[in-house]
Amino acid sequence: MGRQVKLRIWRGNKENGDFQNVNVEANEGEVVLDVIHRVQATQMPDLAVRWNCKAGKCGSCSMEINGKPRLACMTRMNTFEEDETITVTPLRAFPVIRDLVTDVSFNYKKALEIPAYSPPANLGPGEARMEQIDVERSQEFRKCIECFLCQDTCHVIRDHEENKKSFAGPRFFIRIAELDMHPLDTLRNRKRTAQEEHGLGMCNITKCCTEVCPEHIRITDNAIIPMKERVVDQKYDPIRWLGSKISKREGIS
Amino acid sequence: MTNTDIERYSYDVVVIGAGGAGLRAAVEAREAGFRVAIICKSLFGKAHTVMAEGGIAAAMGNVNSSDNWQVHFRDTMRGGKFINNWRMAELHAKESPERVWELEMWGALFDRTKEGKISQRNFGGHEYPRLAHVGDRTGLELIRTMQQHIVALQQKDAKEYGDAEINLKVFAEVTITDVLIENGAATGVYGYRRETGSEILFEAPAVILATGGIGKSFKVTSNSWEGTGDGHALALRAGGKLIDMEFVQFHPTGMIWPPSVRGILVTESVRGDGGILTNSEGKRFMFDYIPEIFKDKYADTAEEADRWYKDQANNRRPPELLPRDEVARAINSEVKAGRGSPHGGVYLDVSSRLPAEEIKRRLPSMWHQFKELADVDITEVPMEVGPTCHYVMGGVQVDPDTAAAVGVPGLFAAGEVAGGMHGSNRLGGNSLSDLLVFGRRAGFGAVAYLKDGSTKPKLSDAIVAKAHARLNAPFARTGGENPYTIHQELQQTTNDLVGIIRIKSELEAALVKLQEFRTRIKNVTVTGGREYNPGFHLAFDLENMLIVSECIARSGLAREESRGGHTREDFPKMDPKWRQINLVCAADGEGTSSTAKPATMMSKELAGLFDPDELAKYFTDEELASVKGGSN
Ligand SMILES: Cc1cc2nc3c(=O)[nH]c(=O)nc-3n(C[C@H](O)[C@H](O)[C@H](O)COP(=O)(O)OP(=O)(O)OC[C@H]3O[C@@H](n4cnc5c(N)ncnc54)[C@H](O)[C@@H]3O)c2cc1C
Ligand code: SF4
Ligand code: SF4
Ligand code: FES
Repeated sequence: MGRQVKLRIWRGNKENGDFQNVNVEANEGEVVLDVIHRVQATQMPDLAVRWNCKAGKCGSCSMEINGKPRLACMTRMNTFEEDETITVTPLRAFPVIRDLVTDVSFNYKKALEIPAYSPPANLGPGEARMEQIDVERSQEFRKCIECFLCQDTCHVIRDHEENKKSFAGPRFFIRIAELDMHPLDTLRNRKRTAQEEHGLGMCNITKCCTEVCPEHIRITDNAIIPMKERVVDQKYDPIRWLGSKISKREGIS
Repeated sequence: MTNTDIERYSYDVVVIGAGGAGLRAAVEAREAGFRVAIICKSLFGKAHTVMAEGGIAAAMGNVNSSDNWQVHFRDTMRGGKFINNWRMAELHAKESPERVWELEMWGALFDRTKEGKISQRNFGGHEYPRLAHVGDRTGLELIRTMQQHIVALQQKDAKEYGDAEINLKVFAEVTITDVLIENGAATGVYGYRRETGSEILFEAPAVILATGGIGKSFKVTSNSWEGTGDGHALALRAGGKLIDMEFVQFHPTGMIWPPSVRGILVTESVRGDGGILTNSEGKRFMFDYIPEIFKDKYADTAEEADRWYKDQANNRRPPELLPRDEVARAINSEVKAGRGSPHGGVYLDVSSRLPAEEIKRRLPSMWHQFKELADVDITEVPMEVGPTCHYVMGGVQVDPDTAAAVGVPGLFAAGEVAGGMHGSNRLGGNSLSDLLVFGRRAGFGAVAYLKDGSTKPKLSDAIVAKAHARLNAPFARTGGENPYTIHQELQQTTNDLVGIIRIKSELEAALVKLQEFRTRIKNVTVTGGREYNPGFHLAFDLENMLIVSECIARSGLAREESRGGHTREDFPKMDPKWRQINLVCAADGEGTSSTAKPATMMSKELAGLFDPDELAKYFTDEELASVKGGSN
């Protein structure tokens, strides 16, 4: 039942690299990661690839498959034509370490720049009361598996190294939105700092991030756009801005 | 390479592992004012804990106010068939609620009850709804919350000292290959950076192992590549001991088709939320497998079982929710009897039990997983499932209160790598809570050790040189085997000979095979360079998997009874005499040994929490008399 497939794999390191073509067997039900592992086990024992869960839960196996940012463990082989050559390359927005493995430390640096959750001072353990409906909006963003595919695809940084300094990227816009909508978070100004310090203003709502998100998080519709709208409101209407912080339950929709 | 070429750091505490246990330990030590390094093989936030689905067990009593630590303790001991380290089970049951609430204080957003409290769900072996959860991605919530709390601590340091990583730093994609020992005590750890293959040394008087499980020693497993038993092997080689290694949990429901996803977990919540198991004849077979000891707690008719979902006070629970070992064995028997599904499993059905929308809401990642990986819509048809190697109950023998590894001052162990807490079988949800309870205890255990005033040994060059030589050996060899082949054969051997049902002749055959692998592993050669070379990584992981497999086979051969995650076809009954014994593994020359040691006896006070009739199922008459004497 196995069939032969053609793979074009980028191999190299930060200095140089090139494509290598391999033929390899693919069996029923397999995903791209399985086939890469077979290449590793039979033809290229030193082929570098990241993975962990093989079930779309950890966000480790991010790469570009035929130019599209994807999770290799969730990309079925039967989605390709019989005689198609499948091209696999490392994430373009981040520096290559080796083969399919990139240096994603940019994202961890950005995580450090987002002010942490700030709970109310006088709340004891087990005393928090929140309605399901109020936690659900933040929960959508907490589904994020940090695969960084949205970061990879976002044109603001994909080919613009110079923008990285001032742009946190969609993954961190949803982090800010999540905290902003958290029913108990006490920190003010999250939307405004998103705009002023984390580069929300550079996003021009192309929605590419939402399209690649394997968790189907509606990054643009549910996080970016509402934050942008409120930032605009707030700039013109300070009273309303205060009000929105006081009644956090109404969130930012 | 000389010692000066090696990247070198010095910390108060080094934590190996960035899963729930490691991160909680690190927080504890950092908050006590110490400098802490966290080391992990994957990127930060990807540890295996991220995959946990169903929930975290804590007797908060939010859904049923009758729940309390005593009930949780009883369930845990029952699940483990009373061979658990009772003190660990007691601490775990008492402290889990605080640990869950603490997560909430750090930003976790659990699903809620109508009153706005943390919601709790039913799970196998738990008497009341007890598992706090976030849909079916609880592990992600736990690890992300811990990760973000670490970031919060780093932000504080950045404010105060101008450097976020000055006191708490994560070293991701680093593999530790040795715990360095001087005069019998821990002095640091040694390993390599996965990216570059370059060597790295951490000097530290306190080392905490939080390395997780061993699933990759088996062919069909729910574990990721990280689960290679590194911490188990590190502890043994450092002079520590492994306890209860024969107890390996096979989760009853792993995916079985297509082959490439074989082993991937199907969460127990499917059954907790109403899913039923049927065989090829359409029969709901679990009613035939309720063991004597559980007869009073499980429904024997479908009608009663179904009523239980609505009314738990007046009905017994469905047998699909029996402890995992029971369900796994039942599935195994059905398949062996020829009543399996086309791909050698059984059916798990929620489609006929809940409306499609409800399934998608309660079990979103299961729906997603089957849809995307198997082309199966679980809201329309049943899933095909079978047992998968999931969790190891055995692990490093530790002091229950401080998580200190027995026999090695300065070494601590918490989480899946530690043994004792779960006895012969872990209940679902009890691992995530274990990680937090004992992660925290390992953190303060290490802090207490640092503060105890004793002089700590200094690291010598000789020890470092030894670790360095070991790391370089596979590159120096030529003409040996490639590690992938041996790994596959090892996994096949454990699967076939040390698997879910064991028998003397096969365990003996396994030990012979493992001895052969040992010789072959010594000659493994690595091709390619040092930079991100998975062949090189596997060469070391392989040695760990071998040590672990040997311990499982040896203790499995010694234990002549069936209990929890250890089933002997030739000794099918549980034997109270064996309840009094723990098998303890130690390094023995190049290999390992397994020795019988008396198990500790529960205090009278705790024994008093059980109905004497129940204790009589597990204890010998003398033991019964001793726990009864005086107290009632
Ligand atoms: C699919 C699945 C679902 C589960 N669901 C549940 C559930 O719902 N509820 C529950 O209670 N339990 C569940 N479990 C069990 C539970 O998730 C694990 O037992 C638990 O997460 C283990 O956590 P840990 O902190 O001990 O280690 P892990 O999370 O496994 O982390 C181990 C860490 O150690 C590091 N490490 C290992 N070796 C080395 C080395 N040599 N050098 C450096 N670093 C190293 C790894 O990189 C990793 O960071 C589930 C398990 C699986 C597989
Ligand atoms: S919508 Fe904004 S953040 Fe998303 S990809 Fe486009 S520019 Fe980037
Ligand atoms: S938001 Fe989606 S695409 Fe972006 S990192 Fe998270 S899971 Fe990945
Ligand atoms: S390996 Fe975890 S998402 Fe692909």
